[in-house]
Amino acid sequence: MNSTFFRFSSITKKIWMAFLGLFLMIFLVVHLGINLCLLRNDGGAWFSAAAHFMGTNYIVKVFEIGLFAGFIFHVFLGIILQVQNWMARPVRYMVSNKTDTPFLSKYMIYTGGIVLIFLILHFINFYFIKLGWVFNPNMTPDGEPDFYHIAKQLFVIPAYSIIYILLFIVLGFHLNQAFQAAWQTLGINHPQYTTCIRRFGTFYAIVVPLGFIIIPFYFLLIR
Amino acid sequence: MDLTLKIWRQKDAKSAGKFVTYPLKNISPNCSFLEMLDILNEQLIQKTEEPVVFDHDCREGICGMCSLYINGRPHGPDDAVTACQLHMRKFSNGDTIVIEPWRARPFPVIKDLMVDRSAFDKIIQEGGYISVNTGGAAEANNILVGRENSELAMDAAACIGCGACVAACKNASAMLFVSAKVSQFALLPQGQVEAKQRVKKMVRMMDELGFGNCTNTYACEAECPKLISRSNIARMNREFMCAKVI
Repeated sequence: MNSTFFRFSSITKKIWMAFLGLFLMIFLVVHLGINLCLLRNDGGAWFSAAAHFMGTNYIVKVFEIGLFAGFIFHVFLGIILQVQNWMARPVRYMVSNKTDTPFLSKYMIYTGGIVLIFLILHFINFYFIKLGWVFNPNMTPDGEPDFYHIAKQLFVIPAYSIIYILLFIVLGFHLNQAFQAAWQTLGINHPQYTTCIRRFGTFYAIVVPLGFIIIPFYFLLIR
Repeated sequence: MDLTLKIWRQKDAKSAGKFVTYPLKNISPNCSFLEMLDILNEQLIQKTEEPVVFDHDCREGICGMCSLYINGRPHGPDDAVTACQLHMRKFSNGDTIVIEPWRARPFPVIKDLMVDRSAFDKIIQEGGYISVNTGGAAEANNILVGRENSELAMDAAACIGCGACVAACKNASAMLFVSAKVSQFALLPQGQVEAKQRVKKMVRMMDELGFGNCTNTYACEAECPKLISRSNIARMNREFMCAKVI
């Protein structure tokens, strides 16, 4: 691990990790806004329009490159930091640590890994179809992939919906720790405001995944 | 109290170690933990066996030499104390107590429960000081220091460098120790002159020595015998960012 990249200080890597994580959290809200269009009883008109806008707008395309780069860099940094952490304690304790810490804070790499697996599946089901890498027969009259019907077909499969719901619960746990940790890493720790940051992080980590979770419930139970 | 001790025994840094079980009888609940180990060692010496090697010095909780990982916690089951200030009344009759050395790549075991913590000294040598030219001592009140900063600096300076933060952290990160040392100077006017160089050099040395990265579990803060706050880590991150960018 002697290349220039690996010689970036631990704090520099973590600061990048925090910035990128917060950027991805902003994107997640945008994604949720589009996904919630699926709940409108309009045959997917709003959702398709939003998907068309996201797929064709040049500003969005520029952001998309940043988003992918940011996401890959976030994952890459997470793996590098974790490998370094494992290397820092080559001999483990016989008695596992009993220090009172938030339970899931110790498992961020695992919750992050689960979210990564889900995202790969998500790309196969949606983004790769858009790129033409994966064939799907659902097409709009304009010859574009019909994401509304693709989503609908997936969500009516109970197994897919259950996995989708479970993964967003895992994402919620990941985000709950990640949000407050990002601000701490960026040097924001204040006796008054840190409590607000933590509460907002918990609110975000509940509301945003819940917004995504409503969609499979809607297709499974209502439609 | 009758106890069973499982203690890590290791002949030297190069030898493989193992846990050895020692039954110990009639220990007073008012004994300190280190006194209990003294009793064990006296018994071992009487049997012409090698006594257990462990670090200790002041036995008043201020020198930072104790380094025992007791039943899964640095310094044992009590909060905000060093192992020398831990008393046997915190345990129950018949307990099995597992005692391990600090585990971290930069803290190699020297013998038994004694580890080499000179990695901390190397970090301090990189900038954990202020340069003062020789000459007459300056009038202390010439430089005014605000009450809040004075208190925060004193709180950070309370770090005794025992390494419990590294031992407790799942990543063996030294961020709490380094941040306390950076903070105690960064908060005071006398420390401002070398602030940028200090934080950059101390962080670089911390990384070079192979400590892990902070993942904000705050186990360090929870186990610190001197209650060093995680806010010092945030302050060091701020200092580091400013030093790099500005």
